[in-house]
Amino acid sequence: MSIQSCVTIINEWDIVAARQLGRNVAKELGFGTVDQARITTAISELARNIYLYAGKGQICIDKLFDGGKPGVKISAIDSGPGISDIRQVMEDGYSTSGGLGAGLPGVKRLMDQFEIESIPGDGTKIKATKWLR
Amino acid sequence: MNKLIFTFIEAHKIDILEEWIRTTKDENDDRVVRVVSDQVFNSTSREFADLIITNLKGDKGDYHTRLKEFAEKVVRLGWPLTFVSSGLHTFGVIVFKRMEQSGVMTIENQRSLFREFDEWMTSMNIEIIGIYATTWEKTVSLQKIALQELSAPLIPVFERITVMPLVGTIDTERAKQIMENLLKGAVKHRSEVVLIDITGVPVVDTMVAHHIIQAAEAVRLVGAKCMLCGIRPEIAQTIVSLGIDLTQFTTKNSLQKGIEAALEITNRKIVNMEGLK
Repeated sequence: MSIQSCVTIINEWDIVAARQLGRNVAKELGFGTVDQARITTAISELARNIYLYAGKGQICIDKLFDGGKPGVKISAIDSGPGISDIRQVMEDGYSTSGGLGAGLPGVKRLMDQFEIESIPGDGTKIKATKWLR
Repeated sequence: MNKLIFTFIEAHKIDILEEWIRTTKDENDDRVVRVVSDQVFNSTSREFADLIITNLKGDKGDYHTRLKEFAEKVVRLGWPLTFVSSGLHTFGVIVFKRMEQSGVMTIENQRSLFREFDEWMTSMNIEIIGIYATTWEKTVSLQKIALQELSAPLIPVFERITVMPLVGTIDTERAKQIMENLLKGAVKHRSEVVLIDITGVPVVDTMVAHHIIQAAEAVRLVGAKCMLCGIRPEIAQTIVSLGIDLTQFTTKNSLQKGIEAALEITNRKIVNMEGLK
């Protein structure tokens, strides 16, 4: 069972909207302040990636209930330029925009599960899940 | 405006109004109905209907000022634009249905009536949407200015010590301002230590961290030391998870600790006065 809500990312303020949505969902499910901060930060990173590299995309937040254990799933979907070398972007310190290059590997560390799928020229799909302990 | 339609609406004004208010209320989503009481809804709806009728009478000047007032009111109440535009549409549907029922509209005059009515409706629709949009734009730009004003103040607290408290979300625009104000202020106040307080920043992601690191580096270049304070425990944990390197920073968990440390750096300290009660 899952309940989904989405935010379309077009400008910088949509990042804030996505973040707010994630924080509310996390709060509702009973995540503590540390995990709330982790989830919102992860959303912030993923949404910013969409804004910076793809221009337009969607952040969807799912409430998961896996055998009674609640969790939050963040899906970031865009149809931007895609990532040609996924291994490279998952390395710390790699950035094409002059940033810190900690975004994607950081999200992986912030969340419990992390999946990335990307086809160059077609877009990127990232799913990251955090379970309530 | 066609005389026929005008006289018809004028004659059936009360009935039309009533039906209109009823249907608008049924059709509108909860968003509108939830935020206001019945009374406000009714009076606002009535005002809107009156407005439509004023337009019918052809009093242009009066109509414009009232329309503007109305649009401003709707924006202030936070009603969606769909309420206004679908309301106008419903009004048209009701009038036509009634005209058909009462036999005012016949097969012969149907076409010309319809064309004229549509013309009147469309021009009013465009006008309302235009005014609504400008009212919104005005609100948004005012808020933007208000936001900018509280963006990044630099406060000299002691001689050679300045504080920049950051509150709220940091976007690229603000990050630029922070950098600018920080450097300008550090030079102007001859600061030796600049404290950046992030107690009020809800999320510190890599972009925010990156901007802070850059700002600190720039402050170092103008000859001051940058200190980061107000790092909440949960923010500390996310920074560690993200793998952001803040080792070249002195960080403190509160502004108070930061100021104490800053005084120490500038060879001063706060002491209790003895012998005074």
